[in-house]
Amino acid sequence: MSEQSQPTRSPLIRLFLVLLPLAAMLASFVWIASLDPLRSFNNGAPPVEALTVERTILDETGIQMLVRAGGSEAMVIAQIAVDDAYWSFAQDPAGPVARGDTAWVRIPYPWVLGEAHRVALVSNTGTVFEHEIAVAVPTPKADAGQLRLQALVGAIVGLLPVALGLMFYPAMRGLGRQGMNVLLALTVGLLAFLLIDMTGEALELSADAAALFQGSAMVWLAALASFLLLMAIGRWRGQPEGLALAFYIALGIGLHNFGEGLAIGGAFAAGSAGLGTFLVLGFALHNVTEGIGIAAPILRIRPPLWTFAALTLLAGGPAVLGMWAGSLAYAPQWSALALAVGAGAILQVIVEVTSYLMRQNPDRQAVLFSPEVLGGFLGGIAFMYATAALIKV
Amino acid sequence: MPADTATSIDPSRRALLVGGLVAAGGAAIAAGSARSQTAPDPMAGHDMSAMASDPYAAPMPGMAHGNMTTVGLVDHARNGFDPTPMLTDWDTGSAELLPDGRTLRTFEVDAIDKEIEIAPGIFFPAWTFNGRVPGPALRAKEGERLRIIFRNFGSHPHSMHFHGIHSARMDGVTGAGLIGPGEEFIYEFDAKPFGCHLYHCHALPLKRHMHKGMYGLFVIDPDPARQSDPALTAVAASRLLGTPENANWQEMAMVMNAFDTNFDGGNEVYACNTVGQAYMNVPIRIDKSRPVRIYLLNVTEFDPINSFHLHANFFDYYDTGTTLTPTQRTVDLIMQCQAQRGILEFSFAEHEDGMYMFHAHQSEFTELGWVGMFDVRGPEA
Repeated sequence: MSEQSQPTRSPLIRLFLVLLPLAAMLASFVWIASLDPLRSFNNGAPPVEALTVERTILDETGIQMLVRAGGSEAMVIAQIAVDDAYWSFAQDPAGPVARGDTAWVRIPYPWVLGEAHRVALVSNTGTVFEHEIAVAVPTPKADAGQLRLQALVGAIVGLLPVALGLMFYPAMRGLGRQGMNVLLALTVGLLAFLLIDMTGEALELSADAAALFQGSAMVWLAALASFLLLMAIGRWRGQPEGLALAFYIALGIGLHNFGEGLAIGGAFAAGSAGLGTFLVLGFALHNVTEGIGIAAPILRIRPPLWTFAALTLLAGGPAVLGMWAGSLAYAPQWSALALAVGAGAILQVIVEVTSYLMRQNPDRQAVLFSPEVLGGFLGGIAFMYATAALIKV
Repeated sequence: MPADTATSIDPSRRALLVGGLVAAGGAAIAAGSARSQTAPDPMAGHDMSAMASDPYAAPMPGMAHGNMTTVGLVDHARNGFDPTPMLTDWDTGSAELLPDGRTLRTFEVDAIDKEIEIAPGIFFPAWTFNGRVPGPALRAKEGERLRIIFRNFGSHPHSMHFHGIHSARMDGVTGAGLIGPGEEFIYEFDAKPFGCHLYHCHALPLKRHMHKGMYGLFVIDPDPARQSDPALTAVAASRLLGTPENANWQEMAMVMNAFDTNFDGGNEVYACNTVGQAYMNVPIRIDKSRPVRIYLLNVTEFDPINSFHLHANFFDYYDTGTTLTPTQRTVDLIMQCQAQRGILEFSFAEHEDGMYMFHAHQSEFTELGWVGMFDVRGPEA
């Protein structure tokens, strides 16, 4: 009814109706900026200042830090004290750092291997921004040897366990419906653990990022967006199952392994992890179930052999990329973003695997609380939790 | 704290200042980095590049302890005071003869809110006496009648509490010369006992009024006529400003202070006479043919003690300066708690020419700014 009574307007009038509020907005901004009616709010307080250290590099030239300003005005780094000693430094680019901008500060400080250092950046108003270097170790450099070593670690924590998990494929093929239910529920359980783990990790990282990235909102929204987009893509032509579902699981797990690689690489660069054999093996064991999870939806079909290689690469390969990115180009907000996208992807596969599980059974709702499904789900979570104890340091 | 600054700073002036600071800060950084690369540093020589036995201990080419420095220089002209002339800038007020033959000495001191640069590019909203931190180094002679006209142009109540002998009415505490903004008070008392003393604001909270910069030296020279022992008469004469004996000495006023720039109860910048590393950037010229006397005062807030260490030399120390014979002989380090003060006497007559360092021997204070150099040379050099 109401739509029909709407009067039709010429395009010119429509354009005018859009331009009018825009012009009013522009005029009001000009008015506020020029006449400054909010002047009386200025109580003489100094400007709000914020400085976030995004990267720290320790090498033969001393300490280098990438800092991002986030105050209400451009801010000046007046002096830098390392361990309560004012030290010479060079800033690149020099001068005040505008809101949102970054600058490198290079401090020729003789840092001590394996010990802690505290860097205090003092602004022109005397505000102090402290940054702790918990354990000083040389920052890995992007040379061939270093990249190869990190690729090896990434392969051990990412590719190897996925491949091992997929090797259970022939053994699992003979399973009946109940066995399938256990396996799919186990997959959902391990994915649920990864979802919680990743979200927590992303939120933790985002707290270290500059305020203007709005860490927590960024994490939740990025996860939501990635979930919705992957759901939409996945259901483009009906609900995914079989090989398509396996690839979605591999993608979600791949994004998770990218995040894991970031964390290991970042910890390695920050000197907080010695990356012992034990830790690396722990990661490998932790990730073996991932291969089993990927294999679960394709037990009823006979996929070509190359798909196993592709699934392994998609799920495990990102760990290598994560290692490189984490140790060489680390910034908390980008790591948090990557983890959040991964969390959204994990949620998508949780939904799809659950719906696949339900479709495999005649009693769709009841099967969710059947002993084998509940047992498999809780078993998956428990296994992940227990093996995670090996790798949390 | 927000209430404090709200009343004290005119917003438009503040905006102007901040704008200027931004520009100056950038220039200072540029100047500083250039300086650290080119200028020969007196501290250079302890080269870290020698250490490389550990494969992880990366070589540090070009690194020396000479990098332990603030970057840039303080604009003393904008501050309105310069640590170098401040060393010898004694305020003797104006003197007139009283009917009874005594001298009446009158000082004028104003409390002023002022933002000062305490290390290159770092600004501190100080409360000052006469626009400088430390306040004017007042100097009088034992037995004179003193009159201090104190006006409060600041935003908070202030006072002048003298460490000396006076009546309760002149004590500078609440009800005895603690005045509000816009008010005036005249302190009057006799100059006694002779020694190296101080004055400071005694408004509450005391911590805030102290560390905001309200303190200064208050030196009372001994009257030689009051000494019966000829040796002590000569010592007293050498201490009395204006005598020929005194003219031979190189006297300096040094106040060890510190600033808590982020108001967290700990100091960010330590200094001698307010500006961190001022005497590293401009070493104090010493004529080695003449003896040196330092009137030293510690007003550092938050830290229990401060200290003075002289390199490559020893000195005699007169705690509080109330004696004509040293209270400690032949030492190279003395400690002072807050408001403790004393006189140091030493000579470089037998030394080679060169740069001789002095600093607090709390390494932390040293590295946060309280360090300087004596540039010791002959009178002709």
